[in-house]
Amino acid sequence: MIAELGLALLWIAAALACLSLVAGTLYLRGGQKDLAALVRPASVAQGVLTALAFALLIALFVRSDMSVELVARNSNSLKPMLFKVAGAWGNHEGSMLLWLTILGISGALVAIFERRLREDTLIATLAAQAALSLGFFAFLIFSSNPFNRLAVAPPDGQGLNPLLQDPGLAFHPPTLYVGYVGLSVAFSFAVGALITREIGSAFARAMRPWVLGSWIFLTLGITAGSYWAYYELGWGGWWFWDPVENVSLVPWLAGAALLHSVAVTATRNALRAWTVMLAVIGFSMSMVGTFIVRSGLLTSVHSFAVDPERGTFLLALMAIYIGGALTLFALRAGTVAEGKKFALLSREGSLVINNLLLTTILALVLLGTLYPIVAEAMGEKISVGPPYYNKVAGPLALILCLVMVAGPLLAWRKDDGKKLWSRLPLAAFAGALVLVLLVIFGGQVGILPLLGMTMAGVVAVASLAPLWGRNLRRTPLPTWGMVIAHFGVAVALAGMGAESAFIKEKLVAAAPGDTIRVGDFVVLFKGVKPVAGPNYTAIEGTLVATSGGVPHVLKPESRMFPGLMGTAPTETNEAALLTRAGGQLYVVLGQPVTGEDGRADRYQLRLWWKPLVWWIWLGGALIALGAALSMLGRAQLLALWRARRTRKSQERFAP
Amino acid sequence: MKAKHQRLILAVVALAGVAGAGVLGASALRDEAAYFRTPQEIKAGKAVVGEPMRLGGMVAANSIKRQSDGLTIDFVATDGKASIPVQFTGIVPDLFAENAGMVADGRMRADGVFVADKILAKHDEKYMPPQMEGMDKAVAKAAAKT
Repeated sequence: MIAELGLALLWIAAALACLSLVAGTLYLRGGQKDLAALVRPASVAQGVLTALAFALLIALFVRSDMSVELVARNSNSLKPMLFKVAGAWGNHEGSMLLWLTILGISGALVAIFERRLREDTLIATLAAQAALSLGFFAFLIFSSNPFNRLAVAPPDGQGLNPLLQDPGLAFHPPTLYVGYVGLSVAFSFAVGALITREIGSAFARAMRPWVLGSWIFLTLGITAGSYWAYYELGWGGWWFWDPVENVSLVPWLAGAALLHSVAVTATRNALRAWTVMLAVIGFSMSMVGTFIVRSGLLTSVHSFAVDPERGTFLLALMAIYIGGALTLFALRAGTVAEGKKFALLSREGSLVINNLLLTTILALVLLGTLYPIVAEAMGEKISVGPPYYNKVAGPLALILCLVMVAGPLLAWRKDDGKKLWSRLPLAAFAGALVLVLLVIFGGQVGILPLLGMTMAGVVAVASLAPLWGRNLRRTPLPTWGMVIAHFGVAVALAGMGAESAFIKEKLVAAAPGDTIRVGDFVVLFKGVKPVAGPNYTAIEGTLVATSGGVPHVLKPESRMFPGLMGTAPTETNEAALLTRAGGQLYVVLGQPVTGEDGRADRYQLRLWWKPLVWWIWLGGALIALGAALSMLGRAQLLALWRARRTRKSQERFAP
Repeated sequence: MKAKHQRLILAVVALAGVAGAGVLGASALRDEAAYFRTPQEIKAGKAVVGEPMRLGGMVAANSIKRQSDGLTIDFVATDGKASIPVQFTGIVPDLFAENAGMVADGRMRADGVFVADKILAKHDEKYMPPQMEGMDKAVAKAAAKT
């Protein structure tokens, strides 16, 4: 019954989306007020019903109902509960339902809370959101129904890909999806504002929390995904420029550009057409990403089987939405009134350069990701790897950091540069100090890591400059947010630079009792023993790492997952990590090496000492925190609460 | 400065930026993109010694030999039509096995051995690198015989 109920809820929700779209369109064409009254409740109901359908899918996974095809293919009754629940979105159909749930809930939240926009713009926005939902409902119901029943239920399921059986999976995809789909609201706002021609600071202020919110989730999702890949894949890298990573980075870059340009539009009512354009690009990039991941178009560790039907369906949807929005933009761009003027040396000017650089990096990452497809269509098989991305994105990111140093120190509209020149020397001095220290003590360091670490020094000091001479308790939250986010960039940059410049690697075949030196550590390999997990067996190695003080025990594992219901068995490597203030020790247990007598007497071990590597994720977390503060500082709720409190305190003193 | 001039300047700057990015991207792609080669293409002389490339093929049956250091392996990659010896030092991925598909990043050595820096194996039952689509089951069988 649950599966049938879930499918029915999806149909009703789709019908409600249809209703919102039709009622909204009729209202905008003819101005029938009674129809407009339907749009808000219909949007709310659509969000609630879709969320219910998703909850039912989770229930099916929890109950291990093997008569449902999706559960049988992706779950197993022996799996730990966390992975049963997470299994609901660890597959194509479930993740698309999650996507729709977030799309619906975002629409519902806009319908409930948005009060700043003109009524017709809001209706147009909700209608646009409903149009987006409708397409993805069609995709889900007709080509990837998660509630499909099997004629004969198998006794048990095939289980979840072992690589995905990690707590990281429980949080990484939903976080990323909230970010991806949150951008849909910015897209819908842009479409709504284009339809009613209400493009100005009110529209930008309404859009800003959504941009910030989804960008926070994207930042957290990418950061968590990077850490997950780092410890789960056992390759020791934190970013592989894998197509699937790239397509999550591209909306993040668009979001970063958008949240800066929307600030200009909200504060100064300038860059209006550009902000609208970026809002369209942001969600378009989310859709491109989904299309690339879901159609299995690219070679990648995340790829699924190539499925032409689904790919074509998604491609058609994408063409309609992106094409439609761009056409609307082209028709209306001419009528967008001119924004306020500003000098090149001003806050706006620096943000324009920031936007240009971010979109350029975006375009180059997208080019590298899509180029192999184009090349293959022309008969050449090509792979574009890290050397390309480092070459194009590295220098541009460093220039971007320079702009980030200057921008916050410039005034809006016009600046004489006094503040900039008075505060720059200390930042430049910090950078020079880092550079000199690296040159003297660093030994052979590549040019990009060297410049990266130097720039990290400059940015770290310069990012704090907006706080100098201010009363810290009176400094508004958004300013704190900006300072912390920019400081986070410096922290991440320092981590990236130090990790790639000073990484130490050892690859050995060690017998029990051998010691291995890596970095400052002396590591004793004690041996291996078999262990059993809930749904796997494993060989666990024991190593004792000492560096001066207390010894630490590391237990890397090599896990074997049995093939379930006719699938092949798989192995995964669980790396062991030892986190110190100065970095991380990373140990992977490889395969046994058989000696001449045919017995396994040695084991392959790979050890890395990665200096400051965890700064990368700390930086990511700081960036997200900064964005969160910036959002909180502007939230209506907080302002309302403050206003009430001041009113109360005034009332208290009133006679 | 008039607003129109400002728009013009912005447009020119943006255009210059796009053009610059295009040049940067194109030149980086030309220098850094690695070709994907099959053993047959390499045998046909398409590969330049020392140039980074990606080799895709099946691991031939009974071809994996481990050297005494316990870390270096030699094996033969085949697409059923030609075979290329491959050498790799490191921990092979979990799913790397004889008669299974693999993709290796590396370069050709002058003596005709492909030296791999990194090996990717067929990921799971559902995963097949699109570059290996051409190698259907018949080829896999042929590879198993060699």
